[in-house]
Amino acid sequence: MSDSKPVTRRNFLFISTAAFSAAGAATIGIPLVSQMNPDASVKALASTEVDVSTIVPGQSITVLWRGKPVFIRRRTEEEINEAQKVKLEDLPDPEGDDTRVQNPEWLVMVGICTHLGCIPLGNKGDYNGWFCPCHGSHYDTSGRIRKGPAPTNLEIPDYVFLDNNTIKIG
Amino acid sequence: MKRRGQRKLHQLSVFRSIKYILSILLAVSAYQSTSIAAEIHEPMRPYWSFEGPLGKFERASLQRGYQVYTEVCSGCHSMDLLSYRNLIQPGGPEFSEKQAKAMAAMFEVETGPDQDGEMFMRPAILSDKFVSPWENEQQARAANGGAYPPDLSVIVKARPNGADYIYSLLLGYKDAPEGTDLDDGVYYNEYAKGMRIAMPQVLYEDGVEYTDGTAATEEQMAHDVTTFLTWSAEPKLEERKRMGFKVIIYLLILAFLFYFTNKAIWKDSH
Amino acid sequence: MSTDYEPKSAVAKWIDKRLPIVTLFNGHLMQYPTPKNLNYWWTFGGILTFCLVTQIITGLVLAMHYIADAELAFSSVEHIMRDVNYGWLLRYIHANGASMFFIAVYIHMARSLFYGSYKEPRELIWIIGVFIFLLMIATAFMGYVLPWGQMSFWGATVITNLFSAIPVFGESITNWLWGGYSVGSPLLTRFFTLHYLLPFLIFGLVILHVWALHVPGNNNPEGIDVVQGSQDTVPFHPHYVVKDVFALIVFMIVFAGFVFFTPNLLGHTDNYIQANPLQTPEHIVPEWYFLPFYAILRAIPDKLGGVIMMVSAIAILAFLPWLDTSKVRSAKYRPLFKQFYWIFLANFLLLGYLGAQPAEGIYVIISRIATIYYFVHFVVILPVLGFVEKTKPLPKSISEPVLNEKERAAKAASA
Repeated sequence: MSDSKPVTRRNFLFISTAAFSAAGAATIGIPLVSQMNPDASVKALASTEVDVSTIVPGQSITVLWRGKPVFIRRRTEEEINEAQKVKLEDLPDPEGDDTRVQNPEWLVMVGICTHLGCIPLGNKGDYNGWFCPCHGSHYDTSGRIRKGPAPTNLEIPDYVFLDNNTIKIG
Repeated sequence: MKRRGQRKLHQLSVFRSIKYILSILLAVSAYQSTSIAAEIHEPMRPYWSFEGPLGKFERASLQRGYQVYTEVCSGCHSMDLLSYRNLIQPGGPEFSEKQAKAMAAMFEVETGPDQDGEMFMRPAILSDKFVSPWENEQQARAANGGAYPPDLSVIVKARPNGADYIYSLLLGYKDAPEGTDLDDGVYYNEYAKGMRIAMPQVLYEDGVEYTDGTAATEEQMAHDVTTFLTWSAEPKLEERKRMGFKVIIYLLILAFLFYFTNKAIWKDSH
Repeated sequence: MSTDYEPKSAVAKWIDKRLPIVTLFNGHLMQYPTPKNLNYWWTFGGILTFCLVTQIITGLVLAMHYIADAELAFSSVEHIMRDVNYGWLLRYIHANGASMFFIAVYIHMARSLFYGSYKEPRELIWIIGVFIFLLMIATAFMGYVLPWGQMSFWGATVITNLFSAIPVFGESITNWLWGGYSVGSPLLTRFFTLHYLLPFLIFGLVILHVWALHVPGNNNPEGIDVVQGSQDTVPFHPHYVVKDVFALIVFMIVFAGFVFFTPNLLGHTDNYIQANPLQTPEHIVPEWYFLPFYAILRAIPDKLGGVIMMVSAIAILAFLPWLDTSKVRSAKYRPLFKQFYWIFLANFLLLGYLGAQPAEGIYVIISRIATIYYFVHFVVILPVLGFVEKTKPLPKSISEPVLNEKERAAKAASA
């Protein structure tokens, strides 16, 4: 093995060159992939602040958040009690009302039926909540699926109360 | 490895290459200068922290510049491409979210319609674009004797000599020389095309009271607002130069590696 | 390219039996015998391929965000620059990439002109190249219109108006092109579609270009024929793959210099002003790479004449293999041709300079002289040179000039 030294030096050179090139090539992928992620103007609309001071108990509003409808309902005593009394075994998607609301008076949920995406109608259905006309899913006063083809309860988005009158969604 | 005869030829071709590179550079500079009419003074060339390969914006200057824009320029000039949220992002004035929200809330945007189908006004939020002083171009012209105050979002990139030109223009108002004919609503400016411009002087000493206490001389205000306008035209300037530095270093190392790889591969072929 | 290469892995064998792509790749990009004396002027073919791929990829991702409508185009580009993740980087790469593409293509063509690479039997490679150049010009022109700045709009107006010079049908053709009565949204939308399409046609022509090249094999600085597979050739891989990549990296350093530190140097400030149909810029100037042809266009006082001469200036390139009557390929062995070559280059650069000047005063006269000279070079000088020139004796092989120099140096050392 007379010229092992220059050969291994050559190999080292070739391998470092290949590795360094590969690192560069991989880095090029970052901007190419990243540009498809939500851009700054979309991210700016990623959260919406809603003034809820004018909503009275028993009233719902619908706001647009990330292109989707969000129901904000100020529930009445009756609706809250009804929601809290339901036994978990009776639910297709068991979830306690207390895990779905931060303040029992306010129900905030994404108004898209978990079946195939239609917008359920409020104050309708057999459970005093919402009813989706597309395929007949019934949601209760906590937005949970009770009857019909929808598999899960209406989604609860991330939200915080910035103060008593303002909810920031997202 | 060059032999004598080849070296001479090499020198000649290098000389020729230099000759052609120089003529290319001449062409580029000629190309750049064709937009400037023959009469304009060369603009002043103050120091800009953002110039050069390692250039950066001075935060304080950007913040003061925003103040000058809002208090002096925004009465006539829109900045349609900026949003209030840009005031927070890194590489810019970097106001805090709270400050920027407060600044935005000073302006009103039209939104709606409401339940009755009426449009209404609400305070601006971070995601809104900068509010324009005008509804449309016609209104802007009507209020300015037919001249349209251009949008300032990219003005620094839209004028030859960019920042130097804007800075010089803002400070270039002088008394017109004897016998100069000036129409109504036209002012004498040493750096404007034909020495004439439809915009009056707007920067006067202490015209703005800087919140950081800096003395508001004309030069200071011109410098700050031009810095702000440069950021507005190129919000990614700092990121771009930072990345460029890393990319060039990487490529130099890679060139070095490939140079020796190439040499090694060709060693036995000559 | 017939070789006795056998694909190594089972997967490769399976594919190759059904579609001989593995053998093809190996034959044309790895074992392909290439003259061993190619200098760095030969690396620009590889560099151009890199440019084409870069433009296609960055263009593709930019097209995900760009809006081809007169009202929205300018602000969509600014949206890319400000809001899209790395949008500023992709835009600056694409815009400066176009300039780099033309720098590379002019050097590549200059190499062919100097070393006679367009001569028999490589005429068709050259002609395909001329078509690639034409498609590049069309693509770049349309691309520049897309940001819808002042130069975009008025450059489009000037050039599309040229079609009205065509006798009889001119005006109808122009309105057909515009989809209207002036440059506007319809033109912009169709330019976007065609700008997206043409690069793929270029890609196809590039494949034909390389295929045609691989029939006779590469030319070389000596301009003499090289026996393929002999001592005078080396396999393309790794010798020229590595050399090409090295040259490409140096090219990328220059490219990066523009993109990251002076991204707007090669552009025009007027294009950061939104298009205004009611206000013409003082000087309408195309991008630098069009300047020589723009100078020729303006040099002719007649509108139709100017159009014909500008088009002819490019079209005449296709006839080069027949206009140049010399049997000797490389300028290395054609001392008189070499002088005229440099004069032609200087004249071409002069035309470029003139294209950026206002069309008045002394510039008009010089433009006309330079334009005439441009054509005289092709139509008079080249044909005549082939007959009257005394060429230097050609070496018998490409190794000969190197060996001769070695001998001479050894003799001088021992003397």
